[in-house]
Amino acid sequence: MINLTINGVPVSVEKGTTVLEAARYLGFPIPTLCHKEGLTPYGACRLCVVEIGREPNSRLVSSCTYPVEEGLVVRTASERVVKARRMVIELLLASCPQSKTIQDIASRHNVRQQRFRQEHEDCILCGLCVRMCEEQMMAGAIGFRGRGRGRSLGTPFDVQSEVCRLCGGCMEVCPACQARCTFNEPEKAICGACANLSPPCVEKEQFHDMMCYLTPCVACEIKK
Amino acid sequence: MSSEEIEKIVSDYVERQGSIIAVLEAVQNRYRYLPEEALRIVARQTGRRLVDIYGVATFYKAFSLKPRGKHLISVCLGTACHVRGGQAIAEEFMSQLQIKAGETTPDGEITFETVNCLGACALGPTVVVDGHYYPHVTRSQVGGIIADALAGMERDDGAAGARLFPIHVSCPNCKRSLMDYDRRLDGHPSIACVIAYDGRKGRLGLSSLYGSRASEVELEVPMNEPCRFYCPHCHEEMPHYSNCVECGSPMAALYIRRGCAYEVCTSRGCPGHLLNLDQPNMK
Repeated sequence: MINLTINGVPVSVEKGTTVLEAARYLGFPIPTLCHKEGLTPYGACRLCVVEIGREPNSRLVSSCTYPVEEGLVVRTASERVVKARRMVIELLLASCPQSKTIQDIASRHNVRQQRFRQEHEDCILCGLCVRMCEEQMMAGAIGFRGRGRGRSLGTPFDVQSEVCRLCGGCMEVCPACQARCTFNEPEKAICGACANLSPPCVEKEQFHDMMCYLTPCVACEIKK
Repeated sequence: MSSEEIEKIVSDYVERQGSIIAVLEAVQNRYRYLPEEALRIVARQTGRRLVDIYGVATFYKAFSLKPRGKHLISVCLGTACHVRGGQAIAEEFMSQLQIKAGETTPDGEITFETVNCLGACALGPTVVVDGHYYPHVTRSQVGGIIADALAGMERDDGAAGARLFPIHVSCPNCKRSLMDYDRRLDGHPSIACVIAYDGRKGRLGLSSLYGSRASEVELEVPMNEPCRFYCPHCHEEMPHYSNCVECGSPMAALYIRRGCAYEVCTSRGCPGHLLNLDQPNMK
């Protein structure tokens, strides 16, 4: 067992536990976006940032990927953490404002506006769908392509993958609705499951590009 | 392109773990790009998922999924090359070739691309044609470089240590160029020096390709015997700032530009040489 202190509360957890799990065990809330039970921690969204160590040598780490250490001192809601977390939320809002998941997180942290150039990305590259496809659906049909600014998600060569079983798992976990239904262009669809499931927006006259298969679908809500 | 050929390339590497990049490099050397079918064969034979192979192939700029021309011209736009006018060089290439960066000429001869750093910042602006480095490129050289590319150069197959680039050196004392354009070694002008051993003097020609060991010696010197190096213009001896790490003999320092020296071991037959980019004595 490993002993550590989270927000001044001593806790003893098994070796290999992450700081996030230990904090949640004690009941300290840490927001997450790219973390999902059953999927390998990835540390992409940085929402779960916490401060470890003692001043002035303390540093910020992503709690979902940080394994507990003996004698570790963790603060989950220090001023520095809250500041960093609000910045992360602002950046997420700047890239993907139409995501209901991100909007909810922002409102929970009282972030009402962001100060960066507004973009409308379809994807925040959190890798949830990739891990879902590979680890839970055992398919490995989608993955990251390219790097840096050109990094994107999808199937190899942008054609429907032979290993995809149209399960829709990628859309289920997607917080930004990148793996959105493109039923009007089935050959480009990541999985085409929407064609089988008949989401409400399909029955509408126009299938707008921004539409997704979130429940509830943000685009559909706006259209109403 | 035949699938047997690709399978053969993959099977040469498949024994080793973590050889995906090596496999893809070998396939690209063969076809000049990575055909879709090849990636599928690589995935099948290595037992990896196609997404992983595709992810690696798209991550590295050295790999191309689009067919490339016979010759590849890369202009460096890294920080050092950029501030020395790399962008103007790239624009000159684009206007002369009438293609944009990343495109291939319609006749399939030349692919032009910009890269973010070639690791030869001291030589900037740098242009690489099929593995051959052109240092300190100016706009007026662009036409000649395109002609060189079309004429065809020995293709660098990417073998370890085969990345050679030409250097231009001068005498550190009189600053006159040591390049001998009449006697060429490795297809480039040679570096002319005068060496002395045992009271006799003779001409020495060194390859200007950094890393190449090609040389011409007119004087008979026993192996592993250090000589003295002189400038053929001012007849001053070349300065020594360090000793060879290979044999311990003094290194003769030749001037490249302010603060940069090409140091070569004075001992006959010793391969020791180095590019010193921080030589305070080279003013």
